[in-house]
Amino acid sequence: MARYLVRRLLITLPILLGITVLSYFIMALTPGDPVQMLIDPQMTQADREIRRRALGLDEPAYIRYLKWLNELAHGNLGYSFSSGVPVTRRVGERIGPTLTLTVTALALSYLIALPTGILVAVRRYSAVDYAATLFAFLGISLPTFFLGLVGIYVFALRLRWLPTGGTMTLGGEGGLFDLALHLLLPASVLAVAGAGVLTRYVRSSMLEVLGQDYVRTARAKGLAELLVLRRHALRNALIPVITLAGLQIPGLLAGAVITEQIFEWPGMGRLTIEAINQRDYPVLMGITLISAVLVAVGNLLADLAYAYVDPRIHYE
Amino acid sequence: MSEAIPRRASTLAVSPTPSPVASFWQLALRRFLRHRVAVAGLLVLVAISLMAVAAPVLAPHSPTAIDASGFQAAPSAAHPLGTDSVGRDVLSRLIYAARVSLTVGILAVAMYVVIGTTVGAIAGYYGGTVDLVLSRTMDVMLSFPPLIIILFAVSVFGRPSLWNVIIVLGLLGWPPVARLVRGQVLALRQQEFVQAARAVGATDRVVMARHLLPNAMAPVLVAATFGTANAILIEAALSFLGLGVQPPTPSWGNMLTDAQSLTVLERMPWLWAPPGFMILISVLTINFVGDGLRDALDPGLKL
Repeated sequence: MARYLVRRLLITLPILLGITVLSYFIMALTPGDPVQMLIDPQMTQADREIRRRALGLDEPAYIRYLKWLNELAHGNLGYSFSSGVPVTRRVGERIGPTLTLTVTALALSYLIALPTGILVAVRRYSAVDYAATLFAFLGISLPTFFLGLVGIYVFALRLRWLPTGGTMTLGGEGGLFDLALHLLLPASVLAVAGAGVLTRYVRSSMLEVLGQDYVRTARAKGLAELLVLRRHALRNALIPVITLAGLQIPGLLAGAVITEQIFEWPGMGRLTIEAINQRDYPVLMGITLISAVLVAVGNLLADLAYAYVDPRIHYE
Repeated sequence: MSEAIPRRASTLAVSPTPSPVASFWQLALRRFLRHRVAVAGLLVLVAISLMAVAAPVLAPHSPTAIDASGFQAAPSAAHPLGTDSVGRDVLSRLIYAARVSLTVGILAVAMYVVIGTTVGAIAGYYGGTVDLVLSRTMDVMLSFPPLIIILFAVSVFGRPSLWNVIIVLGLLGWPPVARLVRGQVLALRQQEFVQAARAVGATDRVVMARHLLPNAMAPVLVAATFGTANAILIEAALSFLGLGVQPPTPSWGNMLTDAQSLTVLERMPWLWAPPGFMILISVLTINFVGDGLRDALDPGLKL
């Protein structure tokens, strides 16, 4: 396990490095210089001159990249064009709401996918199975923004059950219930796309386990079907499904951009759109970089979790 | 490269003699036709494509003409789906927008299939350091959440437009295809017909183009179909956010932009519901076709 951990980390490091190279490359296409963006615009002219020389703006591209990388390693993601605030602070204050939204959505999609997936695996080729397949296809085919708009139209404007957007009632007292009320619609919209695919995974994982010899043995020794399902099949079927959570991160972060925009949710996704509209490239790069790192780390954790929970897996 | 070598190599090595039994593609077609949902999807898709081609005949008005007598007008005889915020006919825009979606879907995917196939074939065929570098590059690109890197690239690439979207999607979309082709090539490389081709002196390029790639194409076709659906979704999302196709050119995505205003959303469903349904229908049917193709071409594949 320790050796696997080390090896897996060694694979992740060059990927993280590659993420910075690609980000730097796209940044280099923008007007302005990626290195220059690391200098605090609120410094005095003389201080900025010193910084500029320290960062070596006249040096060849690869040296500039290395210096830029060094600043990154010390937590300097540059300064926002529009407000002069460090990018780390601007993105930092938006990570909380995005995490609240995406984690809720992830929990919701598992809440939908687990029972549905198990049910359709047990009742294979029944009407429920076909309905779930259709739902999975709808999930990947519905544009997030359209689903969001329909959600607002039905639940907020017509039925008036839920708020149209934001995180708390204006002039209200806030509180957990108020937050949950505001969270329900955007999180559900974000959960739908993932839930459909996840249901398919639960189904095929469950079907695979149900075909195993130990399930037949359990049935043969006369165990009640429910016990067979719960004790023998479900536990094993869940292993690959639970570790899938790490692989959901890219989709969730991408979906959050649209969902946050529609529901006026003050997270990283909404910041992305703001940064694009203000041509605030340092902020945009910071978000891209941070989300890619989140994905790489998510993949790493998914692999480790898999190796941890499934003793059958040996990595030499 | 001489012309004689590939021809001789192929006759010696693969000999695609028409067998009395049905060929791979005939069998695949038979399996596809049995997949009723996929066939229905294909029919709807053909209808949408015909609508796109015949847009000038079908559309009651020009998609950009402004009717001065009213904007945001409710559906009427003159304008069956009403008019938009500037006074343009919604139905005509809806019909013309099919062109945008299909263009993006087809061209962006064609572009990244070519790049991905080339990169994947090189990585799988040469292996070693080449493979290591290319595979790590794919890993890096796949680490970026799809929409976020596309937004970053689109905003950097000058003014948003249809071509901008196609180029960005085409340049960023290839890693999954490359990974797929690499796997296929790795598996095929050791097979006897490939070794035979090499033994009779076929060059690397000939072995790849004539012997490896044709056998690796079935899963690529499936991936390209699902990719087309995805490209249409991304174009719609970008245009919805104002970062893709720009008005007055109609796109189903940018037709929904106005619905971000709650007044439009609540009072004028004819402005946003039809384009939303069109996106859903075209993406859904393409995904159905992709599912049918997957079953037909690769019966062993699950999910």
